[in-house]
Amino acid sequence: MNESVRKWADTFLPPAALCAMSAAIYLVFEYVPTAQGEGVVQRIFYFHVPIATMTYVAFGVVAVASAMFLWRGTLGWDRIAHASAEIGMLFCSLVLITGMMWARPRWNTWWTWDARLTTTLILWLIYAGYLMLRGSVGPTDQGARYAAILGIVGAVDIPIINRSVYWWRTIHPAVIVGREGTSGLTDPRMQVTLAVCFVAMILLYLWLLVVRLDGMRLRDRVEELRQRALREASALGTAA
Amino acid sequence: MLALIRKDLQIELRTKEALASLLLLALLMLVVLSFAFDPTSALRSESAPGALWVAVTFAGVSALNRSFVAERENDCLQGLLLCPVDRGTIYLAKTIANFLFMMAAQLVTVPIFVFFFNLPLSWGLVGVVASLGLGVFGLSAVGTLFAAVSVRTRAREIMLPLLLLPLIVPVFIAGVKVTARALADKPLADVAHWLHLMIGFDVVFLVVGWLVFEYAVEE
Repeated sequence: MNESVRKWADTFLPPAALCAMSAAIYLVFEYVPTAQGEGVVQRIFYFHVPIATMTYVAFGVVAVASAMFLWRGTLGWDRIAHASAEIGMLFCSLVLITGMMWARPRWNTWWTWDARLTTTLILWLIYAGYLMLRGSVGPTDQGARYAAILGIVGAVDIPIINRSVYWWRTIHPAVIVGREGTSGLTDPRMQVTLAVCFVAMILLYLWLLVVRLDGMRLRDRVEELRQRALREASALGTAA
Repeated sequence: MLALIRKDLQIELRTKEALASLLLLALLMLVVLSFAFDPTSALRSESAPGALWVAVTFAGVSALNRSFVAERENDCLQGLLLCPVDRGTIYLAKTIANFLFMMAAQLVTVPIFVFFFNLPLSWGLVGVVASLGLGVFGLSAVGTLFAAVSVRTRAREIMLPLLLLPLIVPVFIAGVKVTARALADKPLADVAHWLHLMIGFDVVFLVVGWLVFEYAVEE
């Protein structure tokens, strides 16, 4: 990421994300009408769906950045993959939590082994493993390569997992089918709210990404300075 | 490549270490799972395929772990990498060797499984072995890649199952489905989509593993 883009992102993204998020919260709680026959809890949908979409986007970014890292070997791609995996993890957890909050009153159960739920859970587990792997090898070149391998394999696996859990559940009678299909966003106010929520989540993702990338860059810089200081100190020691 | 496979198999035949531990572990799993699922009740045909696959998967994970830990001792992996062969070839050889080990273990595990769960001896068992073959190959294709990765991490024994188990979910589900079908002695045509899924999984991850293995073993 070059200097001018970073500067621009640092000044523009925080206020933009903050405004969009405030607008989204206002719209969800005040402006949008509750969908007929759905109850107030239905409003969580405006956060749930954009977050779910961004989860997949985040893990898609992990896969692309991982492939680019293995191909080019530049550290920047590795940092993007790492940061995106962390944010994806956060979003994925939020999807599961908001989904459960909605499912309890609506489906009368916290959890059901529906294809979408199961895929999301396994996605979460794969990327939990990804972050564990990162932690276990440390911020070395080797760790970056290992993580990249998992980033690619995980992304290739997701469609296959989705297919398998879909078949697994549809052979048995499904507990619930077609949840979005039933409500339908007929009211234009609903469409506006959903669009604003999407924008808010995209901005939030980008902002967090930039913050994490800055953090990683600074961490590497500190490490570099520390190494140099150690070298100089030892050089002084031998001179004396 | 054949030489590499032969090397692995020869070590195994001389020590019989991995195969013995693999067998014992699978056997123990089946015993423990029999306690969990009461194999004498009417439920046994429901739980049997799952029990077999849990045993196969966990025994397989530890066998995969071992396959690279052994290479690490005395820096054998270093020597292997110095061989004038492509890294992808080493990966294929390792995958096939691991596959052959696990299948050799199945030759004993499956009969024990049949006795313990009181299953009828029928031609359906051919289907069970076929599904095991496809599933174990997928397990070996993904597992060999990540065994090479996890052997260099700090928590190596625990890291492999953490990475591997979520990735092999499709194979696991498909294996259980096909096994259940085969044990019920019904034609496998109804579960053809599961067989295709397993074949697809095997092919996809063999190719991916072959492509990225060099990054896993590079120093």
